[in-house]
Amino acid sequence: MGSARLYAAVAAGGFRRYATYRAATAAGVFTNTVFGLILVHTYLALWDERPHLGGYDQAQAVTYVWLGQALYATFAIQGGGVEKDLMARIRTGEIAIDLYRPADLQLWWLATDLGRALFQLVGRGVVPFAVGALLFPTALPRDAGTWAAFVLALLLGLVVSFGIRYLFALSAFWLLDGQGVSQAMMILGIFCSGMTLPLNAFPAGFGEVLRALPWAAQVQVPADVLMGEASWADAFAFQAAWAVALLGAGRLVQAAATRRVVVQGG
Amino acid sequence: MDGTPGAHGDADADVCRDVDGAEGRAVGEPAGGAFVEVDGLEKVFPVRRRTGFLKRERREVRAVDGISFTVGRGEMVGYIGPNGAGKSTTIKMLTGILVPSGGRLRVAGIDPARERTRLARRIGVVFGQRTTLWWDLPLIDSYRLMHRMYRIPDARYRENLDRLVELLGLSDLLNVPVRQLSLGQRMRGDIAAALLHDPEVLYLDEPTIGLDVVSKARVREFLREVNAERGTTVLLTTHDLQDIEQLCRRVMVIDHGRLMYDGALAGLHEAGESERTLVVDLERELPPVRVPGTRVVRVEGPRQWLAFPSSQSAAPLVARVAAEYPLVDLSVREPDIETVIAKMYAERSDERGDGAGVDTPGAVR
Repeated sequence: MGSARLYAAVAAGGFRRYATYRAATAAGVFTNTVFGLILVHTYLALWDERPHLGGYDQAQAVTYVWLGQALYATFAIQGGGVEKDLMARIRTGEIAIDLYRPADLQLWWLATDLGRALFQLVGRGVVPFAVGALLFPTALPRDAGTWAAFVLALLLGLVVSFGIRYLFALSAFWLLDGQGVSQAMMILGIFCSGMTLPLNAFPAGFGEVLRALPWAAQVQVPADVLMGEASWADAFAFQAAWAVALLGAGRLVQAAATRRVVVQGG
Repeated sequence: MDGTPGAHGDADADVCRDVDGAEGRAVGEPAGGAFVEVDGLEKVFPVRRRTGFLKRERREVRAVDGISFTVGRGEMVGYIGPNGAGKSTTIKMLTGILVPSGGRLRVAGIDPARERTRLARRIGVVFGQRTTLWWDLPLIDSYRLMHRMYRIPDARYRENLDRLVELLGLSDLLNVPVRQLSLGQRMRGDIAAALLHDPEVLYLDEPTIGLDVVSKARVREFLREVNAERGTTVLLTTHDLQDIEQLCRRVMVIDHGRLMYDGALAGLHEAGESERTLVVDLERELPPVRVPGTRVVRVEGPRQWLAFPSSQSAAPLVARVAAEYPLVDLSVREPDIETVIAKMYAERSDERGDGAGVDTPGAVR
């Protein structure tokens, strides 16, 4: 109970921390909207040539684009979530302060990241999505149940997203400099989450591999849940399995890191 | 416990326990006496060094090399030594974020490495060069987080916050984002954050580093008060000898991972046979000043440096120089801690007669 209040307070802090950067948020909204417009026209051209590519019709393809833009910052697909702060703290040794606290390191950062994601969803996601839905025909559900399922898929996707980024961030304990890792994370994230193209549009074998990887839990799965293209049970099971696996792995790596690696600096 | 100035401190600690009520002492903690017990503590880091193409040499660095001491409840102890002496490593082990390679360690009866989280509720840590505060958010947000993190009862939280805000002059700063605070303000903010949960022991790592004279005085005065009124045990790491002089009756000196000295500050100067320096500005260039009890160590134009034992008062020397020489200005310089320790270390090695440095670890950062 006490812990729940602590992590709620941490999440609230994460939300407010990202809310302080108003200019960055405005710039992000603009970028995502413009990018969405470009991508929508590209997709429409593609779907003209190949109707029902990946099993989507044109309205679904358009919806997919705007969902991707709306969730881009929320899932921190190219990085820029709390893993960035965490890597910096490991490099400078400030991580020592986090370790002095009577709190769990992983839960602390997860809570911060969920707070951040909620802000990014509201602050950066809603406007591009609304613009897209106003300007283009989209395929959005009318029943509340699907929307509720979508919210759950988002939440699970966020935990998976955090799980991936947390593992990458912890590598800084050994590598010290997180630049290369961040780049790898960004490229993998953009491609494997289905940001560039829906994963079901890829050729069978390759597409199946991509859809089995944890990144798929981020854009692809929530989009399919929202557009009624996936069974809820399968989608949630897939996301939850990866969430548990990644958080578990994060715990193991964290234990190894804090036990064996020297905290930097005097 | 062992003749260290802990007796008075223990009386203070009793007051603290009354205030703390039920949380004052945990089960299994030894009654009275030593609050921090360190016995033969060691920390060895393996270091790999390139010695050539594809060749690597594995060596061990003994950052802490068999340290033993105890600190009683309510004591205020200075923990000093040059950079890389092992101070921070010791503190990290005391707080449980580093696991010792050897030796025994108890803080409030708890083994820090095993029960880091449980211990964390009872200790406060302040780093001069790092902050626990939420950088982008107003100061008060960080305090609210402490409230939840340490599960401080609401009434107690409000009471402590009010008291700390008043004592540290933070009332105008509570709604200012931490990144906009000056170093001195941030430091005061950090100290308040570390004390909101009434820790029984406070570890301070360079709490006055980079602060101006006024801020330093303010921080020191506050620490004295916390120690005297709340009976908080304080372990202070610093390079600033004045911090120690003004706050601690007891000082521990560590160098090369070993405890070189443990006792009163005055004794440290004696042990190191340290010297203070009288810097004299004369009206013109003159031959070296001759005053009994001093020796001129340096002359630069009209300025001369006179060394004299730290144990001796500067007043008669000043009077004598002023009476006999055309004096323009003068100042007294305290010996810096590095010099005192370096001297002490050299002497110890001489005493043992082990010039080869058997006891000197091969490499210390």
